[in-house]
Amino acid sequence: MNALNRLLSHDLPKSRWLAAALVLIVIALALAPFLFPGAKALSVAAKMLVFIVLVASFDLLLGYTGIVSFAHTMFFGIGAYGMAIASTRLGEGWFAVAAGLAAALAVSLLLSLVIGLFSLRVKAIFYAMITLAVAAAFQTLASQLSDFTGGEDGLSFKNPTLLSPSFEALAEPLFGLAIDGKVITYYLLFVAAALLFLLMLRIVNSPFGRVLQAIRENDFRAEAIGFRSVVYRTLSNVLAALFATVAGALLALWLRYTGPDTTLSFEIMLDILLIVVIGGMGTLYGAIVGSVLFVLAQNYLQDLLKLGATALEGVPLLGAVVTPDRWLLWLGVLFVLSVYHFPTGIVGRLRAARGADPR
Amino acid sequence: MNAVSAAAASAIPEAGFDWRPIALLAALALGALPLVGSPSTWVTLTVAGLAMGLIVFIIASGLTLVFGLMDVLNFGHGVFIAVGAFVATSVMGGMAGWTMSPQLLPNLGAIFVAMLAAMTVAGAIGFAFERVIVRPVYGQHLKQILITMGGMIVGEEIIKVIWGPQQIPLPLPESLRGAFLFGDAAIEKYRVLAVVVGLLVFAAMLWVLGRTKVGLLVRAGVQDREMVESLGYRIERLFTGVFVVGSALAGLGGVLWGLYQQSVVPQIGAQVNVLIFIVIIIGGLGSTLGCFVGALMVGLLANYTGFLAPKVALFSNIGLMVAVLLWRPQGLYPVTSR
Repeated sequence: MNALNRLLSHDLPKSRWLAAALVLIVIALALAPFLFPGAKALSVAAKMLVFIVLVASFDLLLGYTGIVSFAHTMFFGIGAYGMAIASTRLGEGWFAVAAGLAAALAVSLLLSLVIGLFSLRVKAIFYAMITLAVAAAFQTLASQLSDFTGGEDGLSFKNPTLLSPSFEALAEPLFGLAIDGKVITYYLLFVAAALLFLLMLRIVNSPFGRVLQAIRENDFRAEAIGFRSVVYRTLSNVLAALFATVAGALLALWLRYTGPDTTLSFEIMLDILLIVVIGGMGTLYGAIVGSVLFVLAQNYLQDLLKLGATALEGVPLLGAVVTPDRWLLWLGVLFVLSVYHFPTGIVGRLRAARGADPR
Repeated sequence: MNAVSAAAASAIPEAGFDWRPIALLAALALGALPLVGSPSTWVTLTVAGLAMGLIVFIIASGLTLVFGLMDVLNFGHGVFIAVGAFVATSVMGGMAGWTMSPQLLPNLGAIFVAMLAAMTVAGAIGFAFERVIVRPVYGQHLKQILITMGGMIVGEEIIKVIWGPQQIPLPLPESLRGAFLFGDAAIEKYRVLAVVVGLLVFAAMLWVLGRTKVGLLVRAGVQDREMVESLGYRIERLFTGVFVVGSALAGLGGVLWGLYQQSVVPQIGAQVNVLIFIVIIIGGLGSTLGCFVGALMVGLLANYTGFLAPKVALFSNIGLMVAVLLWRPQGLYPVTSR
């Protein structure tokens, strides 16, 4: 128990239901290739892993520091493009992976530092607008430099042999599952996501993380105590950007493809925002619960809505509202309601329920 | 005369009127002349730039007023643009008799009806949006950004429910297609219409803000909200009114923008959002005159660079924003109370 406590940086789930949900999610993700056979299920699980890291890094910014940035997908994209460009230019191999990741991290570091120092001195709204504009410009840049980034088509590339789908690790299937490169990649993602998540948990529960929360609550006061809020905000911005970059690189490794739609599009930015708010701002566990629910909804809610749509086929307006294509409508409504009624999200709700618990 | 009321509208209690941003605008237009080369091309580009700038101004003016008055930045402003454009497709589609007619008058009539309908619908939705979405989160910036963004997601999806997710063509009426020819300079007819409508809106705004009691209250509210309240005026009602007008203007701008692009997609709001944010940042958040000058700069620069270096044109807005902010970090016409 003590070891677990240290592993989670003394930030335990603090709710029986939440703990149970987290354990369930971790077990399900850890055994996903064995439990849920099929290419689609594995892709869904991998997407969850990537989104957990991405959303947690955004929560570092939004939930813990109180900064709204719309440029988070830009850093996500830098990671993915770094991987893709290095792998196509240098030829596949671990060297390309390392070089791509390192270059992407360096670019993200510089860019987030510049954006942060340039615009974090001013009000939250101003920062939100600036990042929106910068992200839009970056997206255009990525689609225009088509020699370099593949333009709208994106880049397909090959992974190192160990991670390529045709690689067979074992001659015999293990528990009825052929261990190929895809499964190995999945476990690479799983380990990386777990480590990154624990690292972020460590960061937000460190004294540094406490300062960030102090700035979120009252930056004037934090400044008065002697913390230079610009420095801390910029550091938080840089850290979030770096984690997002790694998440992007992981996604690129999984898809073996990088394009504007998978990483840079504004829809993904909105998805991240929805997940953070619905999952719970200011608690990293919200990123896990939120990402899992969201990716599940994205991939399977549509099937559910399809049932509803066929049932309501004849009804004119209602039928159009429950078509599977409109699933984002319901998520948007949920988002607006959750900002009003439970700003701490699902995780906050679960933790509050525990407070009412007589235990 | 115009300049005096413009100075009043910009809500700065400065002694003299600040000419430098306007001089910069003129310098931008004249400086492009030698680069473009032929004067006729330059005229074409300038008119196109002014038309685009004025449309952007119509869209952005409501946003900047709302921000100036109530310190609310509506990230969902784009929804009203989209609503306006889509209402226009329905109205003008239903008035095919008038739009297909070769005469000018029924054509203008159709556009006028479409504009009225778009403004009414966008204004009504703006009223509901302010009451339901924005009102509970006054004074909480973080929540405002999130909630208005959520409002935009929902609004876009509802538009898809009603009009479908696909692109809808919005053709210009018969007699507004094509261009006038002055010597070698070709000026598209529709752009002239856009310039006229844009200038009318600007003049009307200046008149309302500078010459009427409501405008006085709005300007006073931008300067010092508490003082207006303590003098016995219901600032909330005033704000609802400004929000509705701002939304209606966005609807009007949506019609103009849709006709300018000749097609509309549900994502139009999110696309234009970036542009109008750049404009109001350039102008100085909350300043009407700044918004006007900023919009014209963006429009002109986009057209000049689109002609001179199409690849650069995509980044001209961002470049302009950075340059302006380096010169004046608070925007062209800073609002002093913020």
